[in-house]
Amino acid sequence: MHLILDIAWTHIAGRGRQTFVAIVGVAVGVGFSIAMAALMQGGQDDFVRQLVDTMPHVEVSDEQRSARRQPAEDVFEVAAISGLRPRDDRRGIINPTAAQSWLEEWMPGRFAARLNAEGVIRYSGREVGAVVIGIDPEREESVSPIVEDFREGSFAALTAGGNNVVIGDTMASRLGAGLGDTITAVSSEGLTRNFKIVGLFHTGTTARDEGEAYVLQKNAQILSNRPNAINRISIKLDDPNAAPAIARRVEAELGYKAVAWQEANESILEALVVRNIIMYTVVAAIMLVAGFGIFNIISTITHEKARDIAIMKSLGFSEADMRRLFVLEGVAIGGAGSLLGWALGFSITYALSLVHFEIAATGQEMTRLPIAWSALHYLIATASALGSAAIAGYLPARRAAHLNPVDIIRGAT
Amino acid sequence: MTSLIETTDLTRILHEAVPVTLVRDVTLSIGEREFVAVTGPSGSGKSSLLYLLGLLDRPTAGTLKIRGRDAEPMSEKERAVTRLTNIGFVFQFHFLLPEFTARENVEIPMRKLARLTRAEMRERATGLLSSLGLEDHLHKRPDQLSGGQRQRVAVARALANDPPLILADEPTGSLDSKSSEQVFAILEALVNERGKTVVAVTHDLDMAARMHRRIHLVDGRISEEEGAKPGF
Repeated sequence: MHLILDIAWTHIAGRGRQTFVAIVGVAVGVGFSIAMAALMQGGQDDFVRQLVDTMPHVEVSDEQRSARRQPAEDVFEVAAISGLRPRDDRRGIINPTAAQSWLEEWMPGRFAARLNAEGVIRYSGREVGAVVIGIDPEREESVSPIVEDFREGSFAALTAGGNNVVIGDTMASRLGAGLGDTITAVSSEGLTRNFKIVGLFHTGTTARDEGEAYVLQKNAQILSNRPNAINRISIKLDDPNAAPAIARRVEAELGYKAVAWQEANESILEALVVRNIIMYTVVAAIMLVAGFGIFNIISTITHEKARDIAIMKSLGFSEADMRRLFVLEGVAIGGAGSLLGWALGFSITYALSLVHFEIAATGQEMTRLPIAWSALHYLIATASALGSAAIAGYLPARRAAHLNPVDIIRGAT
Repeated sequence: MTSLIETTDLTRILHEAVPVTLVRDVTLSIGEREFVAVTGPSGSGKSSLLYLLGLLDRPTAGTLKIRGRDAEPMSEKERAVTRLTNIGFVFQFHFLLPEFTARENVEIPMRKLARLTRAEMRERATGLLSSLGLEDHLHKRPDQLSGGQRQRVAVARALANDPPLILADEPTGSLDSKSSEQVFAILEALVNERGKTVVAVTHDLDMAARMHRRIHLVDGRISEEEGAKPGF
């Protein structure tokens, strides 16, 4: 085997320029595959992270998935019901204390109860529609992503005495209000209450920055005239991937709609799968092109070395030896190309990770390219490079091994 | 004395559009320490017979035994091993591997056989080349050697694994008369001093006349044979 290696090395080293071109071909393929995978994966991870971070992993609301079962359906075999109206029940999640203590018992994560109320925020003649969210600042801090996005103040400031509110900076600028100003909140019940702005946040999500106002739970209950009510429970899990199972359990026990983040973003996640397929197709195409480069050089070598093949066979080398020789040459080129490709891929990925830019117009702002560093990308690129190199070497190698030495010796001049 | 090679009705037909008969019904036996010339006009099948004897080609019909062993049922791999251990080839053109030096070329069959250590192989290759007067050219590549020198390297390579049988296809065909004489003397010495059997295809009748035995082919058949040792 050592001898075969030696001969393979001599063949490759003896054709420096061509070998170099083939190696660079593979390296470019591997390098760009790695960089592209890093970019695509990074984009996807970043996207999912934003989904996971900015949303509660499971959100329980006071809605039900299907209408309440009617007595007529129990009594008769067939019943058609029309004109059914939801019950006029403004209590939100019934028996919230029991529900919360039940969740407390087993939940592998943190949760916070809220009361969401539709309303309008008014300041010196300007009005902005908003969701007034009643929270328990202490619990909310463990669940809400906004904690990190405060420009000024914090949730804790809500408890500082008096009626306080925390709003997004976009809403503040639309109202023309600033920190310390007093705004008026009007609920759909028609109740009005004044709040002093004690905090401003900026999440980057326009809907949030413009449409959410956080107050103490008690204040929200008074404003919407729903004493002691809550209508949302946001759950943040230690393991986001466990969300669907937890959501099912909660829904089965409490009877309220519990939505996991995966369910809420199903179509987006589907789109990501499609994107992945596209990515791997492109990567495979790049590797295929690199494979042709290897095929080309091994083909050329076997052609030019037809005489040597005949000589070696006449000396007592077997066909298997000849196949091994040329497959080895292909794999050597593939391997060298892969190594160079790692360096290239790493450099491109690193260069991409340095690119900075700003997009504020779309609401979500991105300040640098999201990059995923993963050894898996390198392994996949290398495996496909070596695989295509082995095939690209094997095809001409098989033909070369089959050559009848006599034909070549006869034809020699 | 045992025979190295025995053939019975060896026939090789090329299946082209018009079938070409290269070798027909050749029955012969070659023993140890023989110096055999295969002669005949061009196209008479001399080389084809040699390739058949050397297991480079498979006969269409007939049997071939090497050291008493039938070659027909051998696998491709067994044939390769038989070539490696029992047969050394010298062709009209030196057929050395161009990227390797003279000594490396001689070492290749030994390395393939892997019976000696690398140091022993080096020593043996050096010894073989020196005995053929090439001690000053061990590290030259084939393109730095003259035709006669290359052919001597090829002879050394054929001897690498100490095979009992050397097959030579026009070994002097592309050499000038001085080099030819030198190579012929070496082949002769192989038989007389090293006890090898040399079968050489040649169209040089003077040279053939100096060998022990002559097989004359016409149209693929043995037309004339002389000098066969008694008992064969």
